Amino acid sequence: MCFTHSFWQLTISGLSDGFLYALIALGYTLVYGVLQLINFAHSEVFMSGGFGGLFAVQAVVDSNKTPHGVASVMYVLLGVLVGALVGGAVAFVLERVAYRPLRRRNAPKLAFLISAIGASLFLVNIAGKEFGRLAIPMPNLYTNGNVFSVFGAQVQTNFVVIAIAAALMLIFLDRLVAKTRLGQGIRAVAQDADTASLMGVNIDRVISQTFVIGGLLGGAAGFLFGMVFNVQYNMGFTPGVKAFTAAVLGGIGNIRGAVLGGLLLGVVENLGVSCVQSAWRDVIAFGILVLVLLFRPTGLLGERLGRSA
Amino acid sequence: MSEFANPPASGDGDSGFGPSVRRIVASLTDSDWRRLGGCMFAAVLVALMTGTSGNAQHLTAGVTGSLFRPRIVFFLLIGLALWAVMTAWTRYRDDIRDGLAPARKVQAEVTGNRWVQYGGFVAVLLLAILIPPQLSVFWQQVLVSQIGVFVLLTIGLNVVVGFAGLLDLGYIAFYAIGAYTAAYFTGYPDNKRGHISPLPVHPPFHVNPFFVFPLAVIACLIAGLLLGAPTLRLRGDYLAIVTLGFGEIVRIVINNSESVTNGPRGAFGIPHFSIDVWKLKYHWTLDLMPYWYLLVAIIAIVFVLFRQLENSRVGRAWTAIREDEVAAAATGIPTLKYKLMAFAIGASTSGLAGVIFASEVGFVAPDNFVLINSLLVLVYVIFGGMGSLPGAVAGASFLIWLPNKLRDLVAPQDRFIYFGALLVVMMIFRPQGVFPSRRRAREIGLAEAGSGGADAMAAPGGAL
Repeated sequence: MCFTHSFWQLTISGLSDGFLYALIALGYTLVYGVLQLINFAHSEVFMSGGFGGLFAVQAVVDSNKTPHGVASVMYVLLGVLVGALVGGAVAFVLERVAYRPLRRRNAPKLAFLISAIGASLFLVNIAGKEFGRLAIPMPNLYTNGNVFSVFGAQVQTNFVVIAIAAALMLIFLDRLVAKTRLGQGIRAVAQDADTASLMGVNIDRVISQTFVIGGLLGGAAGFLFGMVFNVQYNMGFTPGVKAFTAAVLGGIGNIRGAVLGGLLLGVVENLGVSCVQSAWRDVIAFGILVLVLLFRPTGLLGERLGRSA
Repeated sequence: MSEFANPPASGDGDSGFGPSVRRIVASLTDSDWRRLGGCMFAAVLVALMTGTSGNAQHLTAGVTGSLFRPRIVFFLLIGLALWAVMTAWTRYRDDIRDGLAPARKVQAEVTGNRWVQYGGFVAVLLLAILIPPQLSVFWQQVLVSQIGVFVLLTIGLNVVVGFAGLLDLGYIAFYAIGAYTAAYFTGYPDNKRGHISPLPVHPPFHVNPFFVFPLAVIACLIAGLLLGAPTLRLRGDYLAIVTLGFGEIVRIVINNSESVTNGPRGAFGIPHFSIDVWKLKYHWTLDLMPYWYLLVAIIAIVFVLFRQLENSRVGRAWTAIREDEVAAAATGIPTLKYKLMAFAIGASTSGLAGVIFASEVGFVAPDNFVLINSLLVLVYVIFGGMGSLPGAVAGASFLIWLPNKLRDLVAPQDRFIYFGALLVVMMIFRPQGVFPSRRRAREIGLAEAGSGGADAMAAPGGAL
């Protein structure tokens, strides 16, 4: 097989993509869980997180010398935090402006979809207008080098940072949904919103909080993405579509499914690309999606709206 | 709010200005205050939208340039005025509606009248024939290569999404298949005698461009059936993502198969239409008007056909599937068959559009078929009024006219800011679209009043 000679290297870069997909996919899956709605504007939440993190680190990091040690860790933390906050804020406003008025009117589902597309177009282009349309590199927060090697494959600092940050957030989210009162509310609304409201769950608040949680994760992913690649007004589109694919692949509404789908998609994409040219990357991703859905119409782990994790 | 906090000190009775302001402020409800917040937020957004642009070197320049002192005050005042109008509207809405009830009844009777509808159709047709020759070349170009083609696409997607309720996000793929079919069959079996084919591959036989139509329709029909047969069993959102994936796959395959499709360079030199049968000879040329008339004729025919279809047994079956697929199946409707039919009909309509576009422009490239175009066609359908044929025509025409109009007013790359904002505002205030079909309007009205869902796409148990 074409990928055998660099299997582990490809797997590692695939996992790196996959963690980011998983973080974004969770935003889609959480919102889908409570609203049965594809939040098309989530990719712009991701993008705004990238810009938020960029602003934060540009303000504090001297771009002429690369920080190291504890300083690097602090800067990355700062970027993730600000990116997440900005993402959460944008997601909050998005829900208030583009979705809540429609929900009040019990509007048809396609109206939500159009509203989402509209909000997405608006956010992409206003970001392009305000911040220019060129790719903006993030200042170096650490020296990206080889940290250690697994089966002969080099593991770089970028991978370590993304993996640690993503894993921490994923575990945190999993516990949040499984254990806390808020998580209980989210699950209740996902199972049956009307009954949940009869049981005293404030649906509006839970939906708002769900958007914010998805936005926090998406925004953090945006910063991590921008740290490795660049920040650009349209950076959300491709990862957004892929992450949504990942969410559906794992079974939409299913939190662990989104993580599994994200990691799987990242790895398979990278392994597959080694067999053909990289131009076929998206065909591989969508091809897998179509194949999986044909044989498992509700995704790999199935829809599990509202179960604990 | 400082606007209300400083009333003039004249008030010592009921007639003064101050007390009346105080009374108004006291009468404001929570939702009025919330609306005030919304209007102020909208004002800031509009100030940003219309303000200066930033760049990568000075990331904050755009924001600070848009929100400086006198400017932002101006926008906030507009926001305040908007808020006042909206608040007044909520107070007097019912009175105004009651007052207008007789007029509405007359309007419903007039627009419901069959002869009025025929008259409207003929009038629009006449306008479409008489007006365009007077327009500038720019607008003729917009009419032919954008509005006409996209109206056809929108009418086609309206069958899939509007009639049958199947969410198709990869619709533009069929358009691509139609266009590339045209490019393929207008080529020659060999490149001898100075023949030049648009594509590197040669068809078994050369077809006069005008007669590519049936071939393209058949190609799209087959593609629609091939995509639909396995995927139409999937429910709402899964269908959406699979069709999205299909659309992207088609585009990327075209983009990457350099030896077959010329890759990103696209197919060029697709000849203009020409009819050359026996004594009937006509050649389309660079002149845009003949193309426009051809488009109008095709759109009119398709429009009438679909109108008939809508009111036929097939159309009623689609409505039943759209409203409740399980119930439709239970009443004996072969749902998969009818869904496939909707898919195939929609696909072949976009094949027509693809052929016209290919022949008129003479050049098609993968860039014409990006995902955003699929989304835009969907937007036209919903904006015009899902399931409504006049709505599809109006929605597509207006939403293509608008960005082209704005081209003169704002920077071209900023047009989609306004477009996006318009979509959100439209969906907030009129989710049923501009000209909803009567049945759709009723479904949505009932859902708003709290009886039943507005569509059957909601997941079981997820009636939020």
